[in-house]
Amino acid sequence: MSADNPNPADQWVVISSRVRLARNLAGVPFPGWAKKPDRQKSLDIIRTAACALPEMRGAFVRSMDELTAMEKQLLVERHLISREHAAKTVGSGVVISASQVVSLMNNEEDHLRMQALMPGFCLQEVWQIIDRVDPELEEQLDYAFSPKLGYLTACPTNVGTGMRASTMVHLPALVLAEQINQIVQAVNKLGLAVRGLYGEGTEASGNLFQISNQTTLGERESDLIERLTKIVIQIIEREKNAREVLMERRPQMIHDQVGRAYGVLANACVQSSKEAMNLLSLVRLGLDLGLIRGLDPRRVDEMFLLTQPAHLQQHVNRKLSAEQRDIVRASLLRDMLKDVDRPKPLPLCLSDLSEGESDTGQNN
Amino acid sequence: MRCEICKTNEATVHFSQVTGDKVSKIDLCESCAKAKGLTDPNNITMLGDLLGDFAAGPPAEAESQRCPECGFTQANFKKQGRLGCAVCYETFETGLRPLLKAMHKGERHVGKSPRKARARVSPERLRELEKELALAIKEERFEHAAQLRDEIRALESKARLSAR
Ligand SMILES: [Zn+2]
Ligand SMILES: [Zn+2]
Repeated sequence: MSADNPNPADQWVVISSRVRLARNLAGVPFPGWAKKPDRQKSLDIIRTAACALPEMRGAFVRSMDELTAMEKQLLVERHLISREHAAKTVGSGVVISASQVVSLMNNEEDHLRMQALMPGFCLQEVWQIIDRVDPELEEQLDYAFSPKLGYLTACPTNVGTGMRASTMVHLPALVLAEQINQIVQAVNKLGLAVRGLYGEGTEASGNLFQISNQTTLGERESDLIERLTKIVIQIIEREKNAREVLMERRPQMIHDQVGRAYGVLANACVQSSKEAMNLLSLVRLGLDLGLIRGLDPRRVDEMFLLTQPAHLQQHVNRKLSAEQRDIVRASLLRDMLKDVDRPKPLPLCLSDLSEGESDTGQNN
Repeated sequence: MRCEICKTNEATVHFSQVTGDKVSKIDLCESCAKAKGLTDPNNITMLGDLLGDFAAGPPAEAESQRCPECGFTQANFKKQGRLGCAVCYETFETGLRPLLKAMHKGERHVGKSPRKARARVSPERLRELEKELALAIKEERFEHAAQLRDEIRALESKARLSAR
């Protein structure tokens, strides 16, 4: 078992992997308590150190007050900064590598939050990347560290390793089979958190879930990552299994869901972001199950991002009202399905219409 | 209302305990309540341990205790759920200890440490601590002794790490 050799089938479930480390400078109050000059000081010190890293050649370096609301939103949608950080202005900043794999938030809740984020199931790999950046920065920075409590963070929930490892998983079958709550509870019991698309307190739209470690003290980074990896592998298995079982026992329902999703996306003229996410999720499921053909699944993943509000506006290169966005979004999605054949429904076989799985039209 | 342990989730489980003429209350989210085995609002035996000094009505001097480094107080922490600076971890150690215990898997850091911190381990410092430990035990200052023992262990494991 290794996260380094992901089974390609895992790509149907795991969207991305990320490891984030929280660090603070010794001798400077945490950002939430620091006075302006201290915040500026820690921003300058960390930014200078970060820009000297080989990983950060050609990086995108900005203070939060230099970014427009839309630029900030773009970064949030790409998971390069948190929603909390987007609300920051003077005294906070970002440094993002040219490849966008490594990004640093200066003066979010901590002086420094660094992350490595990559598509696919690659926790080990992103951990190795950020574990290289961390000591490089430490050469130039004096981290707040205690032998007993580890890296000292503004919030005691992060103290110790300061590490949050997470994977974004796509679990449509577990949602359709109504097993998701059971899974979430089981995962919580194992000390992991399950959150929606944009982290804490967000809704799980598009059947996308973030699974991450909840505790940071008393466990080694590598052990934590291994534990998370093992649990994610189990979740992948459960999701795959749920897909098979649904195809076997409720084929009519699956064909119906995927067909409806195709129908709406291929024809709608006004499309909300939330509905788009849920329908794209079903199209992605349809592709995996072979119900929809001739569409690159990566195109669907791209659409998850492109149909977010800020990305939409960047795509057409102008500011759009919510109503205008819904129209542009619908048009992009129709375009995606333009050359994709509609999914074939199950052949009608009257003798197969049993009492159990029936769609006899009694409701009409 | 935020959960008093994780300071993140909405508090949905509420406990109150009457001691003498004082009522202490604690508000938790479901997962923290469960993690502490507090599933039954009538079962409050663990409350005292759980709250430590932070919520159970600490003595006045503790409430007004200030971090010498940054001026942060326990009242600030109760309000914000964030600390003022790195030194706050020492300043408010007594109150933080039960909180950290409730939140995390362990009470000691076992992950990686900065190269600089590893390099700082000197044999002299170790001997000094061992002497202090012996003295603390002799004088029956056990709480201090336990702290020293932890510190020595940490230094030793760090020394091992840097020797690799
Ligand atoms: Zn909680
Ligand atoms: Zn302080």
